[in-house]
Amino acid sequence: MNGIPVNNILFVSIALFFIGMYGLFTRRNMITMLMSLELILNSVNINFVVFNKYLYPDKLDGLFFAIFIITIAAAEAAVAIAIIINLYRSHRSIDVETAEEMKY
Amino acid sequence: MSTSEILFWFLSVLALFSAVMVLVSKNPVHSVLWLIVVFFSISGHYLLLNAQFLAIVNIIVYAGAIMVLFLFVIMLMNLNRESEPQKNVWMKLFGVISGGLLLTIFVSAFRSSADIFDKTAQLNDGDVGLIKNLGKVLFDQYAFPFEISSVLFLSAMVGAVVIGKKE
Repeated sequence: MNGIPVNNILFVSIALFFIGMYGLFTRRNMITMLMSLELILNSVNINFVVFNKYLYPDKLDGLFFAIFIITIAAAEAAVAIAIIINLYRSHRSIDVETAEEMKY
Repeated sequence: MSTSEILFWFLSVLALFSAVMVLVSKNPVHSVLWLIVVFFSISGHYLLLNAQFLAIVNIIVYAGAIMVLFLFVIMLMNLNRESEPQKNVWMKLFGVISGGLLLTIFVSAFRSSADIFDKTAQLNDGDVGLIKNLGKVLFDQYAFPFEISSVLFLSAMVGAVVIGKKE
């Protein structure tokens, strides 16, 4: 029997999730925040695939959730990078602290 | 210790180490390169879990498309230097505390759940993750979300062009 315990894979995905969350909290560079977001989405993908393989090994629902998450992440990255380019054009910086006009 | 276990530990350590390095490295270009290492190791996990098509799609879409877009933007904005302005140590501390508390809660939650304790995910059985089976299910059960995602891509493309153009 060579199988990986579900606990270990879940721990990897949870650790990836919180590394991404820490990056989203602490970094102020918009590109790095977007990269942390991609880390979070990938950890969710691992969770979907693991639970699919553990609960229903002959079905494909979790895999399709992961594939749709990947497509949505691609669309989201394109729109976010357009926003970042626009922000850079108007503020000459992609630090989120510089874009604070909408707070007031 | 079988081969798949050794591969699993190697890929996990690689993924976590390079995910930490993404956040540690000051240069955004180095962050992107470490993130590509994370994506390759996650694809290795998918291969271990018999999701071959998903592994290939992960490499193509993430490492091939999204990361190239990131690198392009970073080089376009001339950010390839140390460009992290101020380091607020309180913000780091609170990030560690809040992230660590939630992490502990989640870990203890799945460690104490009897359903998944000592269970193993099934490895190397069957070819259910190959593209033939995936295509059959995709155009049968998931045809409607598939078409919806094409509309999503169209609207994302239009939105990116509209946001990014000069007025």
